[in-house]
Amino acid sequence: MTSLPKSTDDNFDNPSLTKGTSPSQQVDGGLFKRVKVQKMKLSALQQSYLTRRANSFRGSAQLDSSGDSAVKSPAAIFWLAIHGVCCLISLVLGFRFSRLVFFFLFSANLYTAPFRAGGGADVASPLDVSVPANRTAASRVVVGRHGIRIRPWPHPDPVEVMKAHRIMERVQREQRALFGVKNPRTVIAVTPTYVRTFQMLHLTGVMHALMLVPYDLVWIVVEAGGVTNETASIIAKSGLRTIHVGFSQRMPNSWEARHKLESRMRLHALRIVSKEKLDGVVVFADDSNMHSMEFFDEAQNVKWVGAVSVGILLHSEESSGMEEDGVSVPVQGPACNATDKLVGWHTFNSLRYTGRSAVYVDDRAPVLPRKLEWSGFVLNSRLVWKDVDGKPEWVRDLDALDGVDEDIESPLSLFKTSSVVEPLGNCGRQVLLWWLRVEARTDSKFPSRWIIDPPLDITIPSKRTPWPDAPPELPSNEKVLIGTQDQTNKPSTRTKTPRSRRNRSKRKHDTKVIGVQVSTNSEQN
Amino acid sequence: MDFWNVGFLVLLCAASVFSIGAVELGRHQPTERISGSAGDVLEDDPVGRLKVFVYELPSKYNKKILQKDPRCLTHMFAAEIFMHRFLLSSPVRTLNPEEADWFYTPVYTTCDLTPNGLPLPFKSPRMMRSAIQLISSNWPYWNRTEGADHFFVTPHDFGACFHYQEEKAIERGILPLLRRATLVQTFGQRNHVCLKEGSITIPPYAPPQKMHAHLIPDKTPRSIFVYFRGLFYDVGNDPEGGYYARGARAAVWENFKNNPLFDISTEHPTTYYEDMQRAVFCLCPLGWAPWSPRLVEAVIFGCIPVIIADDIVLPFADAIPWEEIGVFVDEKDVPQLDTILTSIPPEVILRKQRLLANPSMKQAMLFPQPAQPGDAFHQVLNGLARKLPHDRSVFLKPGEKVLNWTAGPVGDLKPW
Repeated sequence: MTSLPKSTDDNFDNPSLTKGTSPSQQVDGGLFKRVKVQKMKLSALQQSYLTRRANSFRGSAQLDSSGDSAVKSPAAIFWLAIHGVCCLISLVLGFRFSRLVFFFLFSANLYTAPFRAGGGADVASPLDVSVPANRTAASRVVVGRHGIRIRPWPHPDPVEVMKAHRIMERVQREQRALFGVKNPRTVIAVTPTYVRTFQMLHLTGVMHALMLVPYDLVWIVVEAGGVTNETASIIAKSGLRTIHVGFSQRMPNSWEARHKLESRMRLHALRIVSKEKLDGVVVFADDSNMHSMEFFDEAQNVKWVGAVSVGILLHSEESSGMEEDGVSVPVQGPACNATDKLVGWHTFNSLRYTGRSAVYVDDRAPVLPRKLEWSGFVLNSRLVWKDVDGKPEWVRDLDALDGVDEDIESPLSLFKTSSVVEPLGNCGRQVLLWWLRVEARTDSKFPSRWIIDPPLDITIPSKRTPWPDAPPELPSNEKVLIGTQDQTNKPSTRTKTPRSRRNRSKRKHDTKVIGVQVSTNSEQN
Repeated sequence: MDFWNVGFLVLLCAASVFSIGAVELGRHQPTERISGSAGDVLEDDPVGRLKVFVYELPSKYNKKILQKDPRCLTHMFAAEIFMHRFLLSSPVRTLNPEEADWFYTPVYTTCDLTPNGLPLPFKSPRMMRSAIQLISSNWPYWNRTEGADHFFVTPHDFGACFHYQEEKAIERGILPLLRRATLVQTFGQRNHVCLKEGSITIPPYAPPQKMHAHLIPDKTPRSIFVYFRGLFYDVGNDPEGGYYARGARAAVWENFKNNPLFDISTEHPTTYYEDMQRAVFCLCPLGWAPWSPRLVEAVIFGCIPVIIADDIVLPFADAIPWEEIGVFVDEKDVPQLDTILTSIPPEVILRKQRLLANPSMKQAMLFPQPAQPGDAFHQVLNGLARKLPHDRSVFLKPGEKVLNWTAGPVGDLKPW
């Protein structure tokens, strides 16, 4: 299939039928609107004429072209003369009339005549190839110009697009079954959380990642401050199998204490795994982290304990401080040598941030991670089971850590030695998840379940607002007292508010009104 | 009775083991055995089944031509050169012509290249004729059968018709002197002048190392539905469309350029091979000739070939059941291509992918250097072996002449 060294001024603008068969590519009535075939049929005469013309254009390429006869024969001169006359007539008329002439002359012979009409001696046995007996009837492929078939509405059909996607899904499922992880294990995700403004943001992120995991999943959510409806309503949307437990302590305000409490909450979750004898791979999906899907695929490869590289995203104030360091995003995780053996750990170097890091949750300073974050580790759930044989001897018993003032910074404390950790993700070269901590002010408020309950039809701002920095006096009407009383006595949830009311009330919405509602409905942070 | 129980158990185990024959589970992907109309012949070993004698032609027919233009080793017609090299060192070669079943004439007819790299076929008929004159005068074997037990490799666009333009090729027909010989060519179209009865169709040459260098992991999900890269309109030779590809490529473009399922364009990206491995279907429409290297690439990369070329004869058609492996779409049905492809049941698609994954299938499409068992060279030899033993009509009585040495256009008769 080579492109031909033809010249560009070929005038192949007439279709040609070279065989006597009735071709199927002819115009099929109403079906094809833009078929570009011309309705002219040519005789061999014109075919060869054109061929000869084209040949004369092809100049250098055709050094030894097979015996097309010399131009000197009388017939050739005759044709030349006719050609000249026709050109003159066309010039006068203003259009090429030759096609019309031929059409009318030969229209009778359209389908039947083998193309010998009007042959001159120089019509060098043209499509005499036309008829070896074994071929005509059988060959349906016609050489020459064909129409370009375009259907009336050349745009995608949504039903077919859906079918195609289903086919691709099926193919990909098969690929996963063949080349992906064999015998995938259940993923047990452990998430410590507590109710605060950014909880919805963080938890939704984790939830969506977990919903995309193609393996079986159990989501253990440990909530500080006890089980609440707020959290329950968020995780119920996931459709995953969840175990929602409460932890009696409330989440403290300083990062130091927070990290400690989170560690204890995770251990609590591990105890649940042990008690319920959940089988699978335990990943620590902190609710402010961002996970890539490959993380869960790599987690399937763990034998006992695995470590992945975690990218640490620091919310830092000054960007100028970063340029000293070559690496802009520090990475925590296993360090390997050239033979892919674990030789150490990349941990977070907090020296650069001493004195500048956040202490309290709402400090506007970079929040530092621990030396090694829990989320970078993946465990085989059988490690925490009691009374099961096959457990390696280097794992400490979970119960032994009970009661001791556990300052378990990282899961490495669960094991007697840290050399047994398997580096995952191409030996730690792939960063599979990212750690960051962003929280709102401690006293920030948010509408319960992030549903803005519309006020009553009559929305009256109160005389006083609880916000300390707002102007104390507000324009008031006669109905002030009644309004506020109604507000405060309103039941906490009004789920069935019609839309129209909300629209109307939107016009009157200002922050102060919301403030009034929120203070009655939201949970205190 | 215990003995009988044990025996029965053993029989049961044996039966279950043997029944897993159809699907190999040892490798990564389960594949299916490929058996075409000639049977399960892809893995046959031709050694011992035939003997080939290679004529020693003066180097002006082969080596000198190659020296003049080494691009002949990498373009898609390179099969003729590699076939010669393979036969020279193959165990099927014999130095004794008396015991040979087949005779091979190493003449590189597709190596006269333009500056762009396209082969010019104008001298090829004369070169071939000159070579045949040489072998018929120096050895008695040509005259014995008038070439019926000789084979030639003619990988050009339209095979031994030696022209790139179809109308002219049809006009010329197969070179008269080759009318009795077996032709090994890439061109194949049913009921076409340039495909002789008994020819062996081979795939065009595609560089195996280059393709294998671009393999991506098997588990990369196939997320492109239909993939094609190439010309739709040959602007240089046929700007309006209608001649090139019989209008089929232009129809594909006009109908599906807006369709997100069809990743088609004329660009030539560097990730061409990688993209093919991420596609479920790869279009292989005809161009100026019905065959194309896309078929080879699609097979190597596991992408189901969608063949849009009426009446095409695909490589090794008797050994490979192409209808089960690829999807054939008539040129007149191109506007409904999306309907056709989406209406294929998923099980059929998965089965086609399994067949494509068969390593012997991929091997049969390649011309690796050095030759490996099961590759295209061996398939050619297998094809030749299947034509043995020669029919009695092959051998002519002394003095009997069938070929007309003066037939053909006048220009062909001039010496080369």
